[in-house]
Amino acid sequence: MMSQGLVIMSYVVASILFILSLSGLSNQETARRGNYYGMAGMAIAIFATILSESVNSYIILITALTIGGFIGTKAALKVEMTQMPELVALMHSLVGMAAVLVGYANFMDHTNSLLGIEKTIHEVEIYIGIFIGAVTFSGSVIAFGKLCGKLSGKPVLLPARHWLNLGLLILTIWLGNVFLTGAETGGGTFALLIMTLIAFAFGVHMVMAIGGADMPVVVSMLNSYSGWAAAATGFMLSNDLLIVTGALVGSSGAILSYIMCRAMNRKFLSVIAGGFGSAGGEAATVEGEVSAIDTSETAQLLTDAKNIMIIPGYGMAVAQAQHTVNEITKLLLSKDKTVRFGIHPVAGRMPGHMNVLLAEAKVPYDIVYEMDEINEDFPNVDVTIVIGANDIVNPSALDDPNSPIAGMPVLECWKGAETIVLKRSMAAGYAGVGNPLFVHEHTRMLFGDANESMQSVLKALNA
Amino acid sequence: MKIGIPKEIHPGEKRVATTPAVAEQIIKLGFEVSIESGAGLESNFSDEAYKESGCSIRKNAKTLWKNADIVLKVRPPETHPELAIDETELLSKNAHLISFIWPAQNDELMQKLTAQNATVLAMDSVPRLSRSQKLDALSSMANIAGYRAVIEAAQHFGRFFTGQITAAGKVPPAKVLVIGAGVAGLAAIGAAKSMGAIVRAFDTRPEVKEQIESMDAEFLMLEFEEDGSGEGGYAKTMSKEFIKAEMALFSRQAMEVDIIITTALIPGKPAPKLITEGMLKSMKAGSVIVDLAAEQGGNCSLTEKNKVVVKHGVTLIGYTDLPSRLAAQSSQLYATNLRHLLTELCPEKNGVIDVNMEDEVIRGTTVIKQGKITWPPPPLPVSATVAPQTEAPAVTETETVNKNSLIPEPIKQLLPILLIGGSLFALGSVAPASFMSHFTVFVLACFIGYQVIWNVSASLHTPLMSVTNAISGIIIIGAVVQVSTPGFIITLLSGLAILIAAINIAGGFLVTRRMLEMFRK
Repeated sequence: MMSQGLVIMSYVVASILFILSLSGLSNQETARRGNYYGMAGMAIAIFATILSESVNSYIILITALTIGGFIGTKAALKVEMTQMPELVALMHSLVGMAAVLVGYANFMDHTNSLLGIEKTIHEVEIYIGIFIGAVTFSGSVIAFGKLCGKLSGKPVLLPARHWLNLGLLILTIWLGNVFLTGAETGGGTFALLIMTLIAFAFGVHMVMAIGGADMPVVVSMLNSYSGWAAAATGFMLSNDLLIVTGALVGSSGAILSYIMCRAMNRKFLSVIAGGFGSAGGEAATVEGEVSAIDTSETAQLLTDAKNIMIIPGYGMAVAQAQHTVNEITKLLLSKDKTVRFGIHPVAGRMPGHMNVLLAEAKVPYDIVYEMDEINEDFPNVDVTIVIGANDIVNPSALDDPNSPIAGMPVLECWKGAETIVLKRSMAAGYAGVGNPLFVHEHTRMLFGDANESMQSVLKALNA
Repeated sequence: MKIGIPKEIHPGEKRVATTPAVAEQIIKLGFEVSIESGAGLESNFSDEAYKESGCSIRKNAKTLWKNADIVLKVRPPETHPELAIDETELLSKNAHLISFIWPAQNDELMQKLTAQNATVLAMDSVPRLSRSQKLDALSSMANIAGYRAVIEAAQHFGRFFTGQITAAGKVPPAKVLVIGAGVAGLAAIGAAKSMGAIVRAFDTRPEVKEQIESMDAEFLMLEFEEDGSGEGGYAKTMSKEFIKAEMALFSRQAMEVDIIITTALIPGKPAPKLITEGMLKSMKAGSVIVDLAAEQGGNCSLTEKNKVVVKHGVTLIGYTDLPSRLAAQSSQLYATNLRHLLTELCPEKNGVIDVNMEDEVIRGTTVIKQGKITWPPPPLPVSATVAPQTEAPAVTETETVNKNSLIPEPIKQLLPILLIGGSLFALGSVAPASFMSHFTVFVLACFIGYQVIWNVSASLHTPLMSVTNAISGIIIIGAVVQVSTPGFIITLLSGLAILIAAINIAGGFLVTRRMLEMFRK
């Protein structure tokens, strides 16, 4: 058994380890160490809590820990790297659900003896904690559904949705008042349940209204929410470790959302309000004709080029083409060509999605560049290969003020000598925006499944 | 359908309408291709090369023409010197002819072709649309002419193009003036520039200034407001005052430059006379003028068509067959233009062409359809550079609205700070001390998070999310603390919470580890 002092000291150590863990992720060399810091912090925190005086139901505790740990391990080892966004969304929903459960458990716990304003504050904390947890849970579940294609990626826009949201919010505040008055006399459970249902609906409605291309923002926003849910639980239980950790995670997610919004030149509120591209003037329609290219010509272009840039997008993840791309990269590098990867911050369905896929395929990370690092270099590029990307290479973001993606910084591959775009067929991107790049005079389209196309290019290069 | 490619019979014409490489692609479209023996010789393509790419070789021009459903040519049909028969008569009835035709100048030829009930597509009549660029043979030929003009000039110019400082003294770079910055003019600018000359260029259309400057040449400005852009992206005739100012500019330039390349043409009109005899006299001895407008009478009054002459010490080059002088290159580009046209005509890739008059490119190119003259085509609206001017006033309007808004700008910026400050004050005035200590921890932790996360490399954002995911599983502590509280439901809820939070912790950390293991240099 550990004394209260020892437990709190362990929490301090765990907090420090968590901070070190996050700061370790600032570069690849220290990232692995950072992850171990995180594990150590978590282990210390859990052991200290289990060994503290107030805990004695070891059987349930250990059973639940083992089962949960087993499922988690299994999932972590089995998941495909292309499914990372889904897994992350699913795990956010778990945190949200856990926050709801802890909130309810705490509400039913009448052993504490708070009085007056402290009791009210405690009840407000429970209420808010459950609300955030429930929104996180249902929002993440919907995000999961959208990411793995079980739900349509298109934004679902109910009429007067802003008013609906406002109405739900006002209802929640009113129910909060009912709950507080009820809790004075030991009731309030009913209000709490209704509020939970409203929060679930709120989360569903919010994520349903957001389009597929905005998923990186949604995923990082839910990440942030899961942190705030933990922090709210911390307030509820007067536990500083939970508050610190929740705040760390919450601000991390908030910053990621901000970075993603900046990368799309959109306001956070407008992303959250949903309905991408539904407002604004008529965007110029794209006219012109695409010129196709076949794989042997592509191989020829690559053989003749010196400076090659590869821009991967979500399509690469869908086609699982990253391994073939790495093979081609290796081959080209061995022929003394410069091969680099240009990654747009919102490429894929979650922040850093492309980097993980390329790392999985063993592409060395020092040839993988951020958009800001290489965008000015395109005039020197001989051949750019765009693999399953659309909106992030759309020139109308820069020159068409009416385009739904106007002002979004994009990879300016059309400034290079030749661009080859791998695409399944001529369809608009996730944002539903036509892309003038496809009819640009220096653009050649290579139609077909990205992986198959890349494989036959590889074959042609080897021949 | 069968495609026939006869040998060009115009004296001095070295080009051929298809190359072996292009023939192979045409055959892929489903056509049969036969070629007259020796047709490619002057462009360095042997009969064997054609045979290898799947063409059949015909010795006799007559049988070739007779057996072809589609004839591809470079020059318009004319009287065959050996057979003493007009090529139009060799063309079988109802056949297709694709070639340069110049319908405006060749009325007689058009009549003969209608008599054959032919369908004729003129490569000189391809409409200027962005989607028809790939079959614009005029542009590809003009490009070659511009390049070759510089080569011809260099041939007759007695000095280097590039400046050099040698042991034997300093050599100044040649100064080149290009008049007319169309396709040929731009090609000439590029070629002269790459040889090291100082290049200046003039054009009546102000919108080409940017193109000229993008090639690192100097754009000569006229202090005069008049736009010379005419229909279809070509130039138009300018006013008298403009021409006067223009001539003054040329006179000044003539004294200075070593080489003048003129490419000024106005569609359907004789070439404007830009270089007078007086200017010629003022030029330095040994200077060269290449007159790309010699076919239409020349931009210089003393140019002689198809000849090189020396007048007042200045060499005047009036060749009209510059593309043919670069026969292999011209043939290749022309053949590719033809192939693109065939691809347009045969979208099914089944070897049967369909002259679809609904398609604006095919409509414009077709000058005779089954014996009926369809030239000139109805005019097309030209979409050149459309300035997005409609946007500008709208912006100023919204600005004025902003200015009239109820809350002044500085207060607007302060408003969130005031709101936050106010709510913090309200909270602080009611909250007990225990809450405030937690709140302090919370705010400080937010700031630490803010500082730490900004340093995270963007490539590690996914591992960051999964590790924060695992860390937010810390909520398990809340459940562990409560699991021992008496009450079945509480224990059940807490147990469930422990279970799912444990999934999170194990899953999050392990998947992060898996990912980070992958990041290798």
